[in-house]
Amino acid sequence: MIAIWANQLLQGVMLGGLYTLFAIGLSLSAGVMRFINVAHGDFIVLTCYALLLLSTLLGVNPVVATLIVLPVAFLFGFVLQRFLLQRVVGENVLLVILVTFALSIIIENGLLEGFGADPQKISGGRLETATVALGNGINVGLFQIATFFTAVALVAALDLLLYRTGIGAKIRAVSDDVAAANLIGLSSVRIYAVAMGITFVTIAIAASFVSIWTNFDPASGPTRLLVAFEVIVMGGLGSLWGSLAGGVILGVAQAVGGQFDIAWQIMAGHIVFLIVLALRPQGLFPKY
Amino acid sequence: MLILNGARAMFAAGVVAMAAAPFLFDANHVVLLTEFMSMLVLAVMWNLLAGYADIVTVGQHAYVGVGAYAFFGFAALAGVNPYLSIVLAGLVALAVAVPTMMLVFRLRTAYLAIGTWVVAELLMLASGKLNAWGGGSGTSLPLSIVLSFGRARDDRLAAVYWLAFGLAAVAMLATYFLLRSRIGVGLTAMRDNEEGAAAVGVNVTHARILCFLGTAPFLGIAGAVITLQKLRIAPSASFSMTDWTVLIIFNVVIGGIGSFEGPIIGTFIYFVLRQYLAGLGAWNLILLGTFSIVVILIEKRGLWGLIRRGLGDDLVPIAHKPSAAFERTAKANINAASDNRQ
Repeated sequence: MIAIWANQLLQGVMLGGLYTLFAIGLSLSAGVMRFINVAHGDFIVLTCYALLLLSTLLGVNPVVATLIVLPVAFLFGFVLQRFLLQRVVGENVLLVILVTFALSIIIENGLLEGFGADPQKISGGRLETATVALGNGINVGLFQIATFFTAVALVAALDLLLYRTGIGAKIRAVSDDVAAANLIGLSSVRIYAVAMGITFVTIAIAASFVSIWTNFDPASGPTRLLVAFEVIVMGGLGSLWGSLAGGVILGVAQAVGGQFDIAWQIMAGHIVFLIVLALRPQGLFPKY
Repeated sequence: MLILNGARAMFAAGVVAMAAAPFLFDANHVVLLTEFMSMLVLAVMWNLLAGYADIVTVGQHAYVGVGAYAFFGFAALAGVNPYLSIVLAGLVALAVAVPTMMLVFRLRTAYLAIGTWVVAELLMLASGKLNAWGGGSGTSLPLSIVLSFGRARDDRLAAVYWLAFGLAAVAMLATYFLLRSRIGVGLTAMRDNEEGAAAVGVNVTHARILCFLGTAPFLGIAGAVITLQKLRIAPSASFSMTDWTVLIIFNVVIGGIGSFEGPIIGTFIYFVLRQYLAGLGAWNLILLGTFSIVVILIEKRGLWGLIRRGLGDDLVPIAHKPSAAFERTAKANINAASDNRQ
């Protein structure tokens, strides 16, 4: 009995790693650009399909496909911010929500038109099936462990990027006060675009892991967005390490809920989120 | 002025024709118009929140679904009078809106928007667990309740149409009087200039709470009326995000957000376009989404914003006009100020 629960708990923590990967990009764009990209989840799914195309058409393995997609994702984020979102940002938050919301619907239905509604999955080969035995009948997948530690490493890397590098200092300056940053000669437009490029790199990393972890279909974007959103609100807005905590809480909540009844899995996540929101609206590790 | 009066006369004639629609049109058109009125109610409510109260919700399908399920619960399960059940459905939606408001108002702007979506998602999942309501696959409305709105098909269609028309009329009158009131003037001031409105002492928090709670019963009753058209409830259909939120947002954005006329024009254009776009499947939403983005980039006030430039004034006068004497004094003051500067 204890072994079953310990196993569920461990699976939940690992799932939390995946959820942290979803959330990092949203946390970055919300923290720097001060808006929520409603199409965040759909961009993850869009990248999953890009990876699927690469692996089926070129026959490359998932690691190579990811390495090809990363620079493209950066460029895509840069261009999206520079030529579309920048035109509505700052003026009125409502417009950014509406534009990204419309983008989300366009992506979902575009994928439906192009690929159909069938669930897809990318095979991770041997990495996907290998497990590590921890004794007492507790087994953890090697891929799950790799996902969790990638999430930790990505949080650490972004933390270093934002607080220890020149571009990080510029990003933080623009995020704190756009007018003052422009006054001292920073190009806020360019820096926003770079920040969105970095956001899309994290989206591509999240996509490469989730495309192996589980099925995806054109309509799975909103679920990813809601997960990312709940993680960053629970973790505390703007706190990268907080999103790791938020991810683990959500992952464990879903794993425990799923233990009672499979249908309760998703509901348990939402309920825990609303409880945290009621008790601690500023999140667990608020940055400000 | 002539064109404006002509447009107003056409609008008034349209309202009269709509009130008498079941006498004027055949059954198929009455069904279409019933759907139009239901979607118009949803559009008017979303516009009130997003266009005036500065609350963007992407979770308004929650209240439509709650209304549908509450109506079924009262009418089919508890045996309450069907007409009374429609009203009670609105009250249940209001009862759900109160705790939702207390939770999501802890979040701001975009976060609030996604917060409403989480609540809607949770309510939809929960509705699938209600076995008396047919669980995950839903159930049909009992025949006895359907027949209580009219034994002949035409009578029934007319009764449901008038319910939808009545709801749309009340929704628009309520919005009109709210926007003409002190609260509405404050909201409009805030929409146009937030700092300016705050500086003259507009208390927007109360106004926003009032709007959020005020829309819930309308959405809930709309959910009940929609159930009377579809004749069944199901989690995915009653809480449909595409039908009750996504399309509504696109319609209002295209028609003109933050105006009284925008939701009417947007919903009307959607119904006209739908006749031609019906065979396009997923392209339908792709086109509407693209059109919405283009509208936001070019003219934020939508099609009505463009038309209004030509007409020179609102079709339905929401704004309080300054008196002629006030305008003369204001103009004189501005002239005097510019003279002094020279």
